[in-house]
Amino acid sequence: MASTENTELSEQEIAFQARIDRGEKIEPKDWMPDAYRRSLIRQIGQHAHSEIVGQLPEGNWITRAPTLERKANLLAKVQDEAGHGLYLYCAAETLGITRDEMFEMLHNGKMKYSSIFNYPTLTWADMGAVGWLVDGAAIMNQVPLQRTSYGPYARAMVRICKEESFHQRQGFHIMMTMSNGSGEQKRMAQDALNRFWYPALMMFGPSDKDSVHSAQSMAWKIKMNSNDELRQKFVDETVPQAEYLGLTIPDDQLSLDSDTGHYRFSEPDWEEFHQVINGNGPCNEERLNARIKAWDDGAWVREGMMAHANKRSAKKQVAVG
Amino acid sequence: MMTANEALFQFLLRQGDNALVLGHRTSQWCGVGPVLEEDIALANTALDLIGQTQLWLAYAAEVQGEGKSANDLAFLRDAYDFRNLLLLEVPNGNFGQAIMRQCLFDAFQVPWLTELQTSSNQQVADISAKSLKEALYHWERSSETVISLGDGTEESHAYMQAAVDFCWPYAGEMFCDDAVDEAINTAGIAPLPSSIRQTWIDQVESVLSEATLTKPNSDFAQRGGRDGIRHTEHLGHMLATMQVLQRSFPGATW
Repeated sequence: MASTENTELSEQEIAFQARIDRGEKIEPKDWMPDAYRRSLIRQIGQHAHSEIVGQLPEGNWITRAPTLERKANLLAKVQDEAGHGLYLYCAAETLGITRDEMFEMLHNGKMKYSSIFNYPTLTWADMGAVGWLVDGAAIMNQVPLQRTSYGPYARAMVRICKEESFHQRQGFHIMMTMSNGSGEQKRMAQDALNRFWYPALMMFGPSDKDSVHSAQSMAWKIKMNSNDELRQKFVDETVPQAEYLGLTIPDDQLSLDSDTGHYRFSEPDWEEFHQVINGNGPCNEERLNARIKAWDDGAWVREGMMAHANKRSAKKQVAVG
Repeated sequence: MMTANEALFQFLLRQGDNALVLGHRTSQWCGVGPVLEEDIALANTALDLIGQTQLWLAYAAEVQGEGKSANDLAFLRDAYDFRNLLLLEVPNGNFGQAIMRQCLFDAFQVPWLTELQTSSNQQVADISAKSLKEALYHWERSSETVISLGDGTEESHAYMQAAVDFCWPYAGEMFCDDAVDEAINTAGIAPLPSSIRQTWIDQVESVLSEATLTKPNSDFAQRGGRDGIRHTEHLGHMLATMQVLQRSFPGATW
């Protein structure tokens, strides 16, 4: 089989794949197949968009954070996400697309962002659950990407992963405080877990058998593990944490398989997953409209700054000339 | 007659509430700034201000001597006990208005905190020295942004002129000395705010001029924030949001 496939590849493509197989990093000026470039733009762009759309559900609680410390921590976290967006847009730009073009594609629906951000944040405990589960799942996805084949992406992921693991601990700490708090706080913590558990499982993407981009992406090392592998790893790590918190995972079927050492768990509702991806999640419209509004409202600011920068450089040129 | 302790408490609330209220307003930009770099800078500014709040209000609580914390002061006082400038509590409006407000406030904070570094009160001097480093950076950014947008496009110029016209009547309150200021000045803790006025005007005029903006003519000052006598209607709404968890679940740990 392999030899048949190879005959369909050009020499350049074979050499490219060999570099990846040897663990070399591909850099912006290196030759790469168009499909590799397109896949990376899609993946990095979607990741960047997820960071900035992801600011919104947590931004929803910055003004209501219960203490000055929590307010500062949450603000710092959401600021980190904006920073991650920035690194990732820069990484994608090395592939020959501009940030403005990516925004345009986000706004007109040609590019997606992670569906998890289409769920609402309803109580303060959601700031715990998002950090613990959503950042936790993101870390599972992202840690292997530090070894991804595209250099700028791998380097961005190194910085991002450091901050994400801090966010996850921060989220877990909120959950712990709530779980050890009053009856009302415990109720909020359990409710947050109930609402975020299955959406967090969906973050790993469809089951391997239904995943469309997987095989080629894995050969190119822009995807390092299968969706199901990572989902299993997440469940195995998270269940004992929930037990430690005294919270119940909302899954009657959850049990530890003593033969494999892995937990058996219920699949998320994939119909819901597809509905949310296709625009029917509880907050899709709100999130996208918030981004579009921020972009449109900011147009005069961006244009004004650009005009001033041009005036300045024109003045400088006159002075130099 | 106000005791020295009472004057110091009021003085500290003024510093802390300014930082808290502006920090809160600025934090509302998180995720919806006009460009990603601005979003990050706004969050940074808000973070600095919340950090300053913690220092000022912790000291205020200590001076008050009722066993309260900075969080108690931030989350369990009503609007009439807040001592921030009205300028800082009015809603953000558009980005131009928010950055103009920041600029007018920074133009005060820089000379003010510079003076406070030599306060006879060591804690005031220490907090001011730390805050000044941040204020200098805020001033650099806010003044540069006002200049860019004032002297940008016709549209951005119009936004910035409207912003300065809107903010101006709220700016004069910074310099309205009262009995608290007199007592604090006599104790060598801080100069009178009015003594900063000329420096402020010089700085602001220079920025507005470079920004090709017209300084409003009126010297009229809306007041009632720093003495808490008459806040705007907006502060109550801001506090209703900010304080909701502490008010809804008294005594809970977060």
